[in-house]
Amino acid sequence: MKNSKLFWLLSLVLVLSAFLAACGGGDDDKAETPETDGDDKAAGEEPAGEPDAEQVLNLMEGAEIPTMDSSLAEDAVAFNIMNNVNEGLFRLNQENVAEPALAEAEPEVSEDGLTYTFKLRDAKWSNGEPVTANDFVFSWQRAIDPATGSPYGPYMMAGTIKNAEAIAAGEMDKAELGVKAVDEKTLEVTLERPTPYFMSLMAFGTFYPLNEAFVTEKGDAYASNSDNLLYNGPFMLTNWDGTGLTWSMEKNPEYWDAETVKLETINVDVVKETSTAINLYTSGEKDRTGLSGEFAMQYAEDPEVVRELEPTVFYLKFNQERNGEQTPLANVNIRKAISMAFNKQDLVDVVLANGSLPANYLVPTEFTFDENNADFREVNGDMNEFNAEEAKKFWATGMEELGLTEVTLEMLGGDSELAKKMDEYMKSQLEENLEGLTLELKAVPFGVRLELDEAQDYDIQNSGWGPDYQDPMTFIDLFVTGSAQNKMSYSNEEFDTLVDQAKGELAQDLAGRWEAMAKAEQILIEEDAAIAPIYQRGLMSLQKPYVHDIISHPFGGDYSYKWAYISGK
Amino acid sequence: MARYIGKRLIYMVITLALIATFTFFLMKILPGSPIASADKLSPEQRAVVEARYGLDEPLPVQYFDYMFGLLKGDLGISINQFKGANVTDLIISRMGPSAQIGFQGMVLGTILGILLGMIAALRQNSWIDYSSTLVAIIGISIPSFVFASLLQYWFGLKLEWFPVALWKDGFMSSVLPSIALAMFPLATAARFIRTEMIEVLGSDYITLAKAKGASGSEIAFKHAIRNALIPLITVLGPMAVGILTGSLVVEQIFAIPGIGEQFVKSIMVNDFSIIMGTTIFFSVFLIIVILIVDILYGVIDPRIRLSGGKN
Repeated sequence: MKNSKLFWLLSLVLVLSAFLAACGGGDDDKAETPETDGDDKAAGEEPAGEPDAEQVLNLMEGAEIPTMDSSLAEDAVAFNIMNNVNEGLFRLNQENVAEPALAEAEPEVSEDGLTYTFKLRDAKWSNGEPVTANDFVFSWQRAIDPATGSPYGPYMMAGTIKNAEAIAAGEMDKAELGVKAVDEKTLEVTLERPTPYFMSLMAFGTFYPLNEAFVTEKGDAYASNSDNLLYNGPFMLTNWDGTGLTWSMEKNPEYWDAETVKLETINVDVVKETSTAINLYTSGEKDRTGLSGEFAMQYAEDPEVVRELEPTVFYLKFNQERNGEQTPLANVNIRKAISMAFNKQDLVDVVLANGSLPANYLVPTEFTFDENNADFREVNGDMNEFNAEEAKKFWATGMEELGLTEVTLEMLGGDSELAKKMDEYMKSQLEENLEGLTLELKAVPFGVRLELDEAQDYDIQNSGWGPDYQDPMTFIDLFVTGSAQNKMSYSNEEFDTLVDQAKGELAQDLAGRWEAMAKAEQILIEEDAAIAPIYQRGLMSLQKPYVHDIISHPFGGDYSYKWAYISGK
Repeated sequence: MARYIGKRLIYMVITLALIATFTFFLMKILPGSPIASADKLSPEQRAVVEARYGLDEPLPVQYFDYMFGLLKGDLGISINQFKGANVTDLIISRMGPSAQIGFQGMVLGTILGILLGMIAALRQNSWIDYSSTLVAIIGISIPSFVFASLLQYWFGLKLEWFPVALWKDGFMSSVLPSIALAMFPLATAARFIRTEMIEVLGSDYITLAKAKGASGSEIAFKHAIRNALIPLITVLGPMAVGILTGSLVVEQIFAIPGIGEQFVKSIMVNDFSIIMGTTIFFSVFLIIVILIVDILYGVIDPRIRLSGGKN
């Protein structure tokens, strides 16, 4: 017996040495191209000093660029790059406030809040041509034109820019869109209704200008690779072949604010596997990596961890009517009971462990601010916090009202490992705290969840939402009666009225509007428990200490590299 | 022989047409929409976007459009992964790296596997034999992504002999992925050759060679291995399949711009034309491998000719 153990051990050693022998050949080659030596790196941990002579940032993306055509873009990678190689009338600054970019200054707004007149600054495209008002007119018309098939054009413009809805539906000519070039440098925008968050919209990729002559000349080839594009932002995209896993961004010498830009080159590679990304980061080839899933927990204590809070909120949707019949969730006490019956703090600390925050609200924290820079969250604070005792009382009342002692509900969720873990946790919490409740978990891919949501074929759904513009309304109006996101038969007249008011007569009364939205949120969460917020997503990354001032944004492009620099590498 | 190959080519085309048809309809049953922001768009807006890619047509029309395109060698355009990009161009640009690591992995794995199997057979029931069996078991049972991750960690990150990942250092970038892919053919070949060699070594003509005074290595390399190699051709097909499926994950782990990782992604996001394009590409590859194996088989061993003995 002893012998055979020894034998297995021996064979294992043999296997390993066979590996070593097979790979031995490459040793010498690699030794000639050593990494930068360790001494320099140690110095990098000092606090930020002067920028280094070499300004190169090495980054990774989790997916390829699907398109660089701003009218067609609909994903995070494209919007992120566009935010760095192009620019609109406004841009989000380091504090995430929209500030004039291609617009010279704040626009002139008509008294009724419907007409905005922008003066353009002297900015140039990367081919040296000036950026003109017509570039905006062309781009916006192109994005709303049904022939273009833009997903975000109609989504962002309908109901905001004058006539956008009718044009998108093919009932009106695109020339009727509420955007006009008064002269070369003056752009006049007419809105459907006053829109207090209009400036932040102007920082979104869909509203970027396009050089008409260039786009028309390139035709189908437009945006098919980095040479068939024009840039007017801090950087220029280079070495992108249209489908490849690698590209670069070079500083754009024609950019109007080029002196602020310190980085010379940003090299980007697509790495889809988190463990590979972390290995590339550890080896020093890359300067920053995202930490997903179990890696977040593993690296939580690492000194190089950077934590960001995203404005994405996850919540349980309670479907009140399924297949034409009322569900137990139509009872407000049942909904309240469920919304208070799970420990959110433990969920984010133990199950998610990625820097997420427990959410007792719908509109995320650190997302929108009033004119005094106060967070929208300060108005309502926390609502329906975890409270097992309260939950039990609501549950007992609700069950009595329904005349039930036992109830089985189906909970629809995502099929990722993390989503499954989370739903398991929710099930154990809810079943433990609410007597007589049985939850049946149903894990499905995203596309299937959308279909079931549309058919309103579920009881409870674990769902989430990220913003499209910087205003609480991007979350709140999801739940007005009949909205596409309200496939759960929630309807409250007072809530609808408040949303209407905030969109209509209160649009120019900023304080009143803020209050109306806060009241609406309170009705939705606290009074009606129409949804049960779970958490606001956090994101953990590793970043080398010599990288400074990469700014993360709550919507549009995720990051700005305009202000970033390398110091002490 | 020419007639046989001609017949096989016709069957190949029919097989491909069937595969394309099945894939097309199976793919259309896939839940979800190819529009990335489907959750945000109203049904009317979604229809506008779908019309842009011809997805508003009735299914049979889409099917015949696609098949006619296919006849002309047109694989369509990508819907969401690379909006508007030509799938044929995409596959051509992604073919190189996949072919390189696949070929290197196959060659490396087969050669090492043959050597290992031979040594094991010659030293039957010795520790060499047992350890070669162990290697074979490990190679078959441990999936290639585990190997890939281990290789990356040790030989890329810790020892710095090879690049950790990415496709930037020419041949050096291809070494670790090739080794990861080589494990399956290595294990398969080693097991196969060992069994065959043992059988051959027990046969009469080897005894005769021994009686004539041929040396051990002469017997092994000159007489035994030749005959032991023939049946290996039958497993070339399965080995190619193994390399192919292995490449799906290995390419992703080493961040290689190949076809394999595209294939998986396209199914996840319902990019119909890329699903079709990559499936057809893989099918063509496998069908050709199988054809070559069959032809080789007939050439090497006349006893098992497939064409009905007319030649």
